[in-house]
Amino acid sequence: MTDVVMRAEDVHKRFGRLEVLKGVSLDVQQRETVCIIGPSGSGKTTFIRCINHLEKVDGGRITVNGQLIGYRQKGDKLVEDSEKSIARQRTQIGMVFQRFNLFPHKTALENVIEAPIQVLGQSRDQAAAEGIRLLTRVGLADKTDTYPGKLSGGQQQRVAIARSLAMKPALILFDEPTSALDPEVTGEVLSVMEELAHEGMTMIVVTHEMGFAREAADRVVMMDEGVIIEEGTPEHFFQAPEHERTKQFLSKIL
Amino acid sequence: MVWVRVAHPDHVFFLALTRTVYVAVIAQVIGVLLGVAAALMRMSKAAPMRLISGVYVWIFRGTPLLVQIFFVYYGANELLGFTLIPNSLGLGLFSLDGAIVGGILALGINEGAYMREIVRAGIDSIDKGQMEAAKSLGMRYGLAMRRIVLPQAARVIIPPLGNEFNNMLKNTSLLFAIGVYEMFADAEIGYSNSFQPVEYFLGVAFWYLVLTTVWTFIQAAIERKLAASERGEELSFFERVQAVWNPVSAWRSAR
Repeated sequence: MTDVVMRAEDVHKRFGRLEVLKGVSLDVQQRETVCIIGPSGSGKTTFIRCINHLEKVDGGRITVNGQLIGYRQKGDKLVEDSEKSIARQRTQIGMVFQRFNLFPHKTALENVIEAPIQVLGQSRDQAAAEGIRLLTRVGLADKTDTYPGKLSGGQQQRVAIARSLAMKPALILFDEPTSALDPEVTGEVLSVMEELAHEGMTMIVVTHEMGFAREAADRVVMMDEGVIIEEGTPEHFFQAPEHERTKQFLSKIL
Repeated sequence: MVWVRVAHPDHVFFLALTRTVYVAVIAQVIGVLLGVAAALMRMSKAAPMRLISGVYVWIFRGTPLLVQIFFVYYGANELLGFTLIPNSLGLGLFSLDGAIVGGILALGINEGAYMREIVRAGIDSIDKGQMEAAKSLGMRYGLAMRRIVLPQAARVIIPPLGNEFNNMLKNTSLLFAIGVYEMFADAEIGYSNSFQPVEYFLGVAFWYLVLTTVWTFIQAAIERKLAASERGEELSFFERVQAVWNPVSAWRSAR
C-alpha cells in the first residue's frame, strides 16, 4: 500500500457523447514499469493524459503519491483544483510525448533546464550542471547547444526524456514515445528507456513495442474500448494471452 | 524649388521628422502591448474578458482613425472625469505637448485593435503540444505563455507587425489635425505661407518615402535573422556583412 505511486479508481472520461474511458482501475507500484497496449481508440493515451490532468476525468479518481490529481474534496463532492496546485502536482509527473514537443526556440540544454529554473527555482549553474549530466546520460553530451530543428527524431526524443528527468519526477508517462520515429532510431530511444526502467524509475508506457515490453516491463496492460481487458507479465502475453481480443491484437503487431 | 525642400530640409523640418518617428514608435509599442493583452483576453475562459476584448476591437476597427484621434484628445478627459491627457507631460529633460500625448494614445489604442488579430493568429499557429509540454513540466499558464508560446508566436507576428509599423509611420500625419507639429504639419504650414504646393507636398512625400524605405530594409534584416534562428543557426560575422551588402550590391548593379 505504501509504495503505490499511481492509483486509478474507476476512471471515466467522455468527449461529448463518446465515452472513451469506461471505468479504468490500475495501481502502479514504485520502481515498476507498466506497458499499456491496445488498438487505437482504446483509450490508452487518454488514460495517461488523465494521470497528469491534461484531460479532466469525468468520474472516478486518480492519485499520485496519495495526492488526488486535479481535484479537491469539498464535502462529498470533487471540485477542480486551482491551476497553481495542479501545476505543482505536475512537477512530480513527467511526460514524454509522441511528437516530442521540444521547445524549438531553445537549445537542447535550455529545454532541459527551463522548468528546473522557472518552476523549481534552481540557479542557472545548478540546473545546467544537472542538465549536462542528464544529456550525457541519454548520449547527447555533444548536442547541448544544438536546437531541436537540427536533431534527428531519436535525438529529440532523448532530449525530451532528459527534460522530464530534470524535474526528478516520481513517475514518468510515455505516450507512444517511438511511434513518430523512423524504425532505425527507435532502438536508441528504447534503450534509454530500458536503462531507466532497470534503474528503478516508475514508468507508465503506452507503446506497441512488444520487444521493449519483454525487456523492461514488469507488467503489461491490455486496453480495449475504454476498459482494461487483460493484465499480466510480458511472458503471459507472449505465451498465453487469454482474451480473444488480446490474441487478435498481438497477432497483428508481433 | 522642390529640390530645396527635398535636399536641404531645415532644422525645424528635422525636428518634425524626429517627432513623426518617435510618435510612430511609441504608438506602435502601445499597440503591440494592447494587442497582446486583448488577444490573451480573447482566449480567456472568462466570458467578460472575451466580451471586453470583442467590444474594443469592434469599436476601434469600426470607426475612422481621425474621429478616434479627435475624440481621445478633446473628449477623453471629459468622458473619464479625470485628466488622462495632460496639457503637457514632463519627462525629465524634455516635455511632451498634450496633443502629442493624446495623439500617441489614440494611434496606440487604434493599433492595438488591429494587433489583437495578428497576435491571436500568431498564438494560434503554435502547436498545442507546446503548451501541453510546458504544463506537464509544472509551468502555469502565464509562465508557459511568456516563456514558451509568445516567443515562438513572435516569429509569426513580426512580419505583419512590420507592415503595421509602415502604416503607423504614415498615419502619424493625421495628428496634424489636432495640432501636433509633425512632418506633414510642417509641410502644410510651409505651403500655406508660400502657396507652393508642389514643393512642400512632394517634398514631404519624399521624406515619408525615405522613412518607410529605411524601415523596409530594417524589417528585411530582422526577418532574415529570424529565419536564420528558426533554422537553428546564428549568423556569422561574415554572413551579417553579406546580408547587409547583398541589397546594396543588387542596387548598385541595377543602376
